[in-house]
Amino acid sequence: MAEKSKNGQSRILEAKGMTKRFEGLVAVDSLDFHIPEGAIASIIGPNGAGKTTFFNCITGFYEIDEGEILFNGSRLHGRSPDQIARAGISRTYQNIRLFSNMSAIENIMVGQEPHLKSTWIGAILGLPSTREEDEHTEDRARELLRFVGLEGKGDMLSKNLSYGDQRRLEIGRALASKPKLILLDEPTAGMNPRETIETTDFIRRLRDEIGITIVLIEHDMRVVMDISEHITVLDYGRKIAEGLPADIQTNSDVIEAYLGRGAAAATAAN
Amino acid sequence: MFKWKTDEFSWVDFTIDVLRILIVLGVVVGAWNTLSSGRITFAQWVNLFAAGLSQGSIYALIALGYTLVYGILLMINFAHGEVFMAGAFSAVFLAEAFNRTGFLNEQPLLAILLMIMFAGLLSMTVAILLERVAYRPLRGSPRLVPLITAIGASFFLQYTFRGLYGSGFKAYPQVKILQGAVSIGGINIPIVQIFVFCSALVLMLGLYWLVERTRVGKAMRAVSENKEVARLMGIDIDWVIMFTFGVGGFLAGSAGVINGMFRPQGVNFFMGFIPGIKAFTAAVLGGIGNIPGAMLGGLFLGVIEAIGPNLVLAGLGIPGANQLKDVIAFTMLVLVLIFRPQGILGERLSEKKA
Amino acid sequence: MDLLRSQASRTVLALGLLSGAFILFTGAVGMIAAFHDREVVDRFISLGQLLLLMAPFVTSYYVAGRLDEHGGAPPRILAAGLVVGLLTALPSVVLLLFNSDEFRFLLFLVLRLAPFVAASAIAWQRHQAGAEIQAVLGIWLLVAVLVGIVTFSFALIFEIKGDLRSVLVNIDRDWVDVITFDNRKDLPLGIATFGLASIGAGFAGSVLYLMPAVPRRALIYGLGITTLVGAFGETARLILQENVDSDTLREIFRRDTLRQNAALALFIISTAAGFLWAMYGSKVRENIGNIDSSSRRRLNFIGLVIFVAFMLLLPWLIGRTLSDVAVTIGIFVLMGLGLNIAIGLAGLLDLGYLTNYAVGAYILAVLTSIGPLGLFKGTFTFWMVIPLALLAAMFAGFIFAVPVLRMRGDYLAIATLGFGEIIGKLAISDWLKPLIGGAQGVQAIPKPIFFGAELKNPEQLYYIVLVASLVCLFVSIRLNNSRTGRQWMAIREDEDVATAMGIDTARAKLLAFTLSAATGGVAGAIFAAKVGTVFPNSFTVFISINVLSLIIVGGIASNPGIVVGAIVLIGMPELLREFSEFRFLLYGALLILMMIKRPQGLIPSKIVTHEHQSGVKAKLAAE
Repeated sequence: MAEKSKNGQSRILEAKGMTKRFEGLVAVDSLDFHIPEGAIASIIGPNGAGKTTFFNCITGFYEIDEGEILFNGSRLHGRSPDQIARAGISRTYQNIRLFSNMSAIENIMVGQEPHLKSTWIGAILGLPSTREEDEHTEDRARELLRFVGLEGKGDMLSKNLSYGDQRRLEIGRALASKPKLILLDEPTAGMNPRETIETTDFIRRLRDEIGITIVLIEHDMRVVMDISEHITVLDYGRKIAEGLPADIQTNSDVIEAYLGRGAAAATAAN
Repeated sequence: MFKWKTDEFSWVDFTIDVLRILIVLGVVVGAWNTLSSGRITFAQWVNLFAAGLSQGSIYALIALGYTLVYGILLMINFAHGEVFMAGAFSAVFLAEAFNRTGFLNEQPLLAILLMIMFAGLLSMTVAILLERVAYRPLRGSPRLVPLITAIGASFFLQYTFRGLYGSGFKAYPQVKILQGAVSIGGINIPIVQIFVFCSALVLMLGLYWLVERTRVGKAMRAVSENKEVARLMGIDIDWVIMFTFGVGGFLAGSAGVINGMFRPQGVNFFMGFIPGIKAFTAAVLGGIGNIPGAMLGGLFLGVIEAIGPNLVLAGLGIPGANQLKDVIAFTMLVLVLIFRPQGILGERLSEKKA
Repeated sequence: MDLLRSQASRTVLALGLLSGAFILFTGAVGMIAAFHDREVVDRFISLGQLLLLMAPFVTSYYVAGRLDEHGGAPPRILAAGLVVGLLTALPSVVLLLFNSDEFRFLLFLVLRLAPFVAASAIAWQRHQAGAEIQAVLGIWLLVAVLVGIVTFSFALIFEIKGDLRSVLVNIDRDWVDVITFDNRKDLPLGIATFGLASIGAGFAGSVLYLMPAVPRRALIYGLGITTLVGAFGETARLILQENVDSDTLREIFRRDTLRQNAALALFIISTAAGFLWAMYGSKVRENIGNIDSSSRRRLNFIGLVIFVAFMLLLPWLIGRTLSDVAVTIGIFVLMGLGLNIAIGLAGLLDLGYLTNYAVGAYILAVLTSIGPLGLFKGTFTFWMVIPLALLAAMFAGFIFAVPVLRMRGDYLAIATLGFGEIIGKLAISDWLKPLIGGAQGVQAIPKPIFFGAELKNPEQLYYIVLVASLVCLFVSIRLNNSRTGRQWMAIREDEDVATAMGIDTARAKLLAFTLSAATGGVAGAIFAAKVGTVFPNSFTVFISINVLSLIIVGGIASNPGIVVGAIVLIGMPELLREFSEFRFLLYGALLILMMIKRPQGLIPSKIVTHEHQSGVKAKLAAE
């Protein structure tokens, strides 16, 4: 059912038998997984199911113990985080991790790293190419600020921004590297209903206007069911279900994982 | 510029690997040269080893202070070497007074015990004041802030004691019963070395009992596991931290007296700096935060430092190898930090709590 | 009793005793006696006495402010000033009594009673808290024994030694002389003089606080400037010497001290100037604020021209002796700017900075020396070796940086400290003696020659340091505003995230270390050329601590801060020789104080100004 995504595109991310252990604890257990290109996919699961670990494995923070991860068909595991970023994957964090003493615009300029070429020697000598690149970087950063709705706040230190602005800035920073795939770790955490709806729309716009593939970890089931086209459910590091939102909603394994066995039986009886 | 990392190959890894190979090669070649030349007899090796063990037990006592504090606060108390100095430098006056009255040689064990208590309690006071004044206001700030404070405290204490007691060296008087040597299997071991080792052992066992068997020890362990939970369990965190600094200080101060018995060159205000760094090395070597680790690390470092120059450096044809004792110790420091930051008995504590 | 319990009284008591502890401490470490050798105003007041009176004065001024906040009435504030003065003198007077033959018995009484008092106090507290009687007795016994061991030991030591001085070396005759205002023979008179002076100073502090704003500020300016000029009398004389004829100079100074008339004149002039500024200063500032942008730009430009001219003419304005100090300061500014690349920009706490300094110095020494250890005996000149020293230091920085790239912030600091110690020990070892001369070092390093002229005086070397510092400043400003600077900032803020943004952190850190090392190497080479000999005692951990302190005190990542930090921390001990013995005491205290009270430094960098404390603390988080 999930072999082909709606628009029939190829798999942008694929994991085969991916396993990550921490001193005896298996955080991710031989996971097979794939994301179709251009999709909005969600990963859900109870607390401690290994969702963030999964993100950390993909972005190279953790080295996986077994299995392989492919990005556009080429190997991802064993590469360092900066190489993975340059390959076109970027992410946000569950507990916002901006460069808090840098201004908003500087945060986004750092995000553009994978595309920058100027060197320190060029900077010292003030070479025209370096200056040009710097100007271009700044222009693009302003554009992105506008895109995420932070126009005019570029010179504020990122830690002085409001919570919602910080979330948006973090997404802006992730977009700055022009990624093909973006991993969002609980993008609506701590938001009120109105902000949640705005963010949901924003995520959809990202895919529709820029065409980025999006994977998100999310706790808010309304958000998940509303925007995802593909859902993977993890529990204790294993995949217990995947498929379309409608399928997941009725899947008894999923209900059991969330609510316990009795609840699953009760739901089934209904 | 050339490219640093290709897909698999990392320049940093490569350089570190080359370093590793060079060091192993140097050690092997040096040791081989020395051993095959037979310049140093077996008895001499044993003597070096014994001297290393007693020096190492002093490092171990100081290292325990680093490890206890790190276990609880995850901070490097850089000024701990100065806590050691405070006790050692103060107790030298008591030793002189005891010597003048003749008490030191009439009741040597009691006199030394009193000196150890005196130095220990003084160092304890210094350590507690240090925590109260310099570190407590900074609790919870990023790691480098208390480290810079500790560096400041280190120099502040050094120059305070220089101002109080003067800048000259003062030697501990000799204790008669610690002179001479005993023959074990035909090898003469100086009594003072045995004394140093044994008294350090007693203190360490005392600490082990304190941490493992008493209520306050349990509280210390609880705080080092998880401060928040410990607080919820009704443990007074501030008090436990103060107590930990105090215990570390006491051990360092007593190490000061023991060190004074052992080293004839005397004490001065700068005496704590180098042993402080070495004891930190010992603590990291054993796995920082790990109490038995600090003990083992200290002994290990002492032995390496005693044997290393003669075994490796002399074997490589380096003149004046014994001058380079400290170089061996500091090289150990750097190597441990590079290759095995979690230490010999590594708990991987550093990563979990980082 | 009620009075003692109130918040205000406790403030007075605590701060007064703190000020007393400060006076006791500075006396016990010998600071007061040492400072007494420097007269601020001829035959009137010495720096030591000034220190003695400054403590109650400043404390009571501060206390007055606190009381005022809580609504204290003027009579109470004045009374508080008296009390602060009294409390300030108290600890030192007690020590004075302990030190005198007649009252020594008091010391022994205190030492022998202390354990019982302490034990009883703590036991009573436990008893009040409802502890069982066995527990209370146990605690009493424990505390009595532990405290007893310490105090009885001290009693024994003092009894055997005969006096305090044989242990506390600075509680000596000089100290007694200063404290009693030269009434050593007549102790009661001495104590009374000291007590009254202290109380008077305390009272003066609170009076000053209660004055109306304008005269108060004028007085503060006047007192401050007169004190400063008096304390740095030698410096002031040296500067004037270049510009004033010797008769006038003799009118103003007796050797290096300000004459009384001159001091009075200076006080009156500076107070008057302070008065005018207090009256009209805000208006002037307002007018400057209202200047339109084009004339402001012109004003800025004129300011810059004056500043550059001042920097260029400085050696002529201040003369040879002070130029020498300026060169020393300049070398440390250079090192500060260099180390700041690692610490301030990239957040890498490098405690082994002396490595680069030593490499630069030794390279210059060995390559240019015309002595026995010189490799080329003068074939190479200073100018040819400077780039080599730079490259060698860069190389050393690179080599030492590679192994530490993966380390966490605090481990990195300790590892670099270890490198520094290794280098220091190697420099002094027999092993490298044939090459770099062991403890004797390398001698006979020729001075730089510039178009045929030997730059042998500090006035000329000054320009080399100035140019080098400007180059370093230029480079670090350019880099800070570039992609590289942003990479460093990102690493400083959050290394993991920086990596995830695609930054090759290893490479960026390596660059920071290498560039910072290059500056250190140049500083070392200039130092070697300045001194003419290089020996290992110049390369101890104190160099690294010096540089670290000036960065922290001046303001992390703040270029003007580094200059100010170097002038204060390096210049002051050079200009005030009485002070140099205590420089590391001060550095230590400043590092602690700065981290607790003002982590952004004296002159914070731009980023930090919006942010204050928490900002810099976060900036220091290298992880």
